[in-house]
Amino acid sequence: MRDRPHPPLRGDLPGERGGENLKVVGRPLPRVDAAAKVTGRAMYADDLLPARTLHCRILRSPHPHARILSIDTSAARRIPGVVAVITGSDLPIKFGILPVTQDERALEHEKVRYVGDPIAAVAATDEEIAAAACDAIAVEYEVLEPVMSINAALGVPKDERIQDYGGPNNVHKFVALEFGEVEGVFERADHVREDVFFFQGNTHLPMEQHSAVATYIDGKVTLWSSTQVVHYVHRALAKVLELPMHRIRVIGAAHGGGFGGKTDPFAHEIIVAKLAMMTGRPVKCTLTREEVFYAHRGRHPVLMWVRTGVTRDGQITAMHFRTALDGGAYGSYGVASTFYTGALQTVTYDIPAYRFEGCRVFTNKPPCGPKRGHGTPQPRFALELHLEKIAHDLGIDPVELKRRNFVKPDTRTVNWLRVTSCGLEECTEKVMVASRFRERKKQAGHGMGFAISSYLSGAGTAIYWNDMPHSEVQIKVDRGGVTAYCGAMDIGQGSDSVLATIVAEELGLQPADVRLVTADTDTTPIDLGSYSSRVTFMAGNAALEAARKMRALLVEAVEAGGHRFEDVTFEEASILAEARFGTLATAGSYTPPKIAGPYKGSGVGPSPAYSYSACVVDLDADARTGLITVNKVWIAHDVGRAINPLLVEGQVEGSVYMGLGEALMEEQAFRKGLHKWPSMLEYKSPTFLDMPEVETFIVETIDPEGPYGAKEAGQGPLLPVPPAVCAALHDALGVWIDEIPVTPEKVVEALRRKEKGEPARYGPSAFPSIPYPPTIKVEPPPKDPSATAASI
Amino acid sequence: MKNELARDVERVVLFLDVNGERRDLLLPVHKTLLEVLREDMQLTGTKHGCELGECGTCTVLIDGRPELSCLLLPVQLQGRAITTIEGMAHGAELHPLQTAFAELGAAQCGYCTPGILLSARSLLESNAKPSRDEIREALAGNLCRCTGYTKIIEAIELAAGRMK
Ligand code: FES
Ligand code: FES
Repeated sequence: MRDRPHPPLRGDLPGERGGENLKVVGRPLPRVDAAAKVTGRAMYADDLLPARTLHCRILRSPHPHARILSIDTSAARRIPGVVAVITGSDLPIKFGILPVTQDERALEHEKVRYVGDPIAAVAATDEEIAAAACDAIAVEYEVLEPVMSINAALGVPKDERIQDYGGPNNVHKFVALEFGEVEGVFERADHVREDVFFFQGNTHLPMEQHSAVATYIDGKVTLWSSTQVVHYVHRALAKVLELPMHRIRVIGAAHGGGFGGKTDPFAHEIIVAKLAMMTGRPVKCTLTREEVFYAHRGRHPVLMWVRTGVTRDGQITAMHFRTALDGGAYGSYGVASTFYTGALQTVTYDIPAYRFEGCRVFTNKPPCGPKRGHGTPQPRFALELHLEKIAHDLGIDPVELKRRNFVKPDTRTVNWLRVTSCGLEECTEKVMVASRFRERKKQAGHGMGFAISSYLSGAGTAIYWNDMPHSEVQIKVDRGGVTAYCGAMDIGQGSDSVLATIVAEELGLQPADVRLVTADTDTTPIDLGSYSSRVTFMAGNAALEAARKMRALLVEAVEAGGHRFEDVTFEEASILAEARFGTLATAGSYTPPKIAGPYKGSGVGPSPAYSYSACVVDLDADARTGLITVNKVWIAHDVGRAINPLLVEGQVEGSVYMGLGEALMEEQAFRKGLHKWPSMLEYKSPTFLDMPEVETFIVETIDPEGPYGAKEAGQGPLLPVPPAVCAALHDALGVWIDEIPVTPEKVVEALRRKEKGEPARYGPSAFPSIPYPPTIKVEPPPKDPSATAASI
Repeated sequence: MKNELARDVERVVLFLDVNGERRDLLLPVHKTLLEVLREDMQLTGTKHGCELGECGTCTVLIDGRPELSCLLLPVQLQGRAITTIEGMAHGAELHPLQTAFAELGAAQCGYCTPGILLSARSLLESNAKPSRDEIREALAGNLCRCTGYTKIIEAIELAAGRMK
């Protein structure tokens, strides 16, 4: 809760515009779409209902793994009110978010790979008729043995493989990289420790169910969707519908929450477009809540093994990290997710020699993909707890041990990641002091825990290889009005407000004065979408460039008229400039620097800047029941610069909330292919009553490349929360829970083991033997202490 | 056949009082208030997250008390005062809760916001100065995935302070 004023307004900070008087950047202004959202006027995809809209329902597989022998839709077609029925033969072309894993079909007609795989779709005059028609479709299956665990996927399949590509058996992807030599270093280390951890899968649970509406008019498809990435949906539609991109328009409707769950192109988006083309009428599909649980693309369950060598005083000398990801039935972002489970360990701690082996397997469950933190909360949990344990082994304070290993600003990691601004020290100090961590008293049942993290400000490489900018902004000024155009999609994180704020700052206006056109593939220039925390950094930089060019035009015209820019109104300036130059339009774009290392697989991990967070959790744990009550969370986040501190705080608080949900209760688990808890009542997520007080500190390091120095805020602050909970629990009860979520049963079981004299721990006992391919050895970057970000 | 069942439904003529306006409707009896508001009246400010009574997103006020519109049938509601988010502002003037939510960033994606605003309004009408625990208790049935609830509580306190 806010019990302190907002950070002081800028002007006193070092950096690019430090000392300058920023007018709107740095102020806690309301978001530009606030009024629409508090009055119910914001139009989300399911709120749209063009005249003559048909309603679509999708028939989905009841089996986790089966061959489709036949599909009979004749009875469904005879139902009055049914206008069209389609199956896989109508949409045979495969798609997928990554170019290397084009393995999905909008409708499957050969084989189904998870309960929920789409098979047929109906457009009817109302939803009830469409649902009845789906029930009337007869599908004959040959049921195959499902593969339901990482271990099962590593073994020889009983019937057949889930996908016909990838590694041996049901392995999807292997990664094996070594930076420097770890083995010899382990031998020389004063202390070596190994641990195994498991992070269960969980799902985004956006409040808004996915929804899409399509029309087909004059040979052109228009799709409104609750997507995070209009551009990737645009590409997938063009491919599957075999239409040129210019005959497709994708518009992001007001967005009811994504968290990564609306980042893939989805079957229902393609299906409504196809049905609109066939019927000539608008078609809408809104997923039921149960379908949303099966659509998933959420957090991968990851099993992890880590071995670290340290000196007597806790300096890390080498680390070997292994991961096994349960990917579900399709590729989704999985190749990237696999790399991410190994990429960012080095961005918080200086690890001189590092080996990473990762493996993603296919199982007959809904596909996993990116969820807030994409592939990094799992290894962050393992790494932070592992270092806690090493500190206990050595008798060193865990905070001190971690601190001794913090990366320094303006360095390169052993896996070639470029670190520029880094506020780890400052973040740690903030939460240490505020929580009085060091003065805490040992008290059974009460504990405090500390953890840190880092995250990307956008991925340095695009999903499909190209040399074009990752974000583009156009600005138009006429007769006193300003409009900014950008493909960026506001999913609630406030990207529209960031765009308006930056343009307003440069032109001397208020954010509310800037009209915005965003997330529309017909009218806005490209932005790659709201994922990997990229929008503030990339669209922000594009907006900054466009706005500075516009400002230069205005200044030139005003000065040519013999005035000073500061002395005329914006309207006067724009009239002078329009008279002088004609139509006033400027553009800006942002392309991340090419900073990936010289090795295959180096494309995942580089980012133009990394955010940093530090967190302290204070909790009470009941040894009898295993129940945990989180009392308070202190979190400090290095956001580079807070363009709008209100929005940054909102992102940090929301991340803490989601991290607590993952740490304590959220679980996407399956029984015989069926989701165990496919409803909002059974899938536990924190309510108002579960949420503790959060004290947020914004740390500003003024990144050299971020717009006004800004970095990301939406994902990084989730990461330290689960390990801080586990460290606090150990502080309270003396047991390690090496498996997320930390449920009361696990706590009680660990205490029981402790009583019996067994290791006071709950978690996986072993890491499976995985046939990783030979490790690719990569020479670390030269260690030149004088090398700065600019020179490397 | 299921479809014939679906088609051959009983219909009723109803008069509903929504946001102080009388609406005359001819409806299948099984249609929920949520569906009627959104589909028959174009009052799409009322959202849905589950349609099973689990998330609170579809909250409306019935005679000033928060209720889940996805679990209500309009046949139960003749003569009762139904308030949706569209009826929360006074003409062009926002309710103090709406202003406070906007000012403090209590709406991120905004999808849970209509339901939460209405629950909060009902709370403040019966308890002008609720404690934080009372706010948490009153809103425990409304889920939000974006905000972590913190700014929502702050906004309710701010509005309560201003409404005195
Ligand atoms: S829609 Fe979820 S409770 Fe009504
Ligand atoms: S603001 Fe997005 S769910 Fe509450």
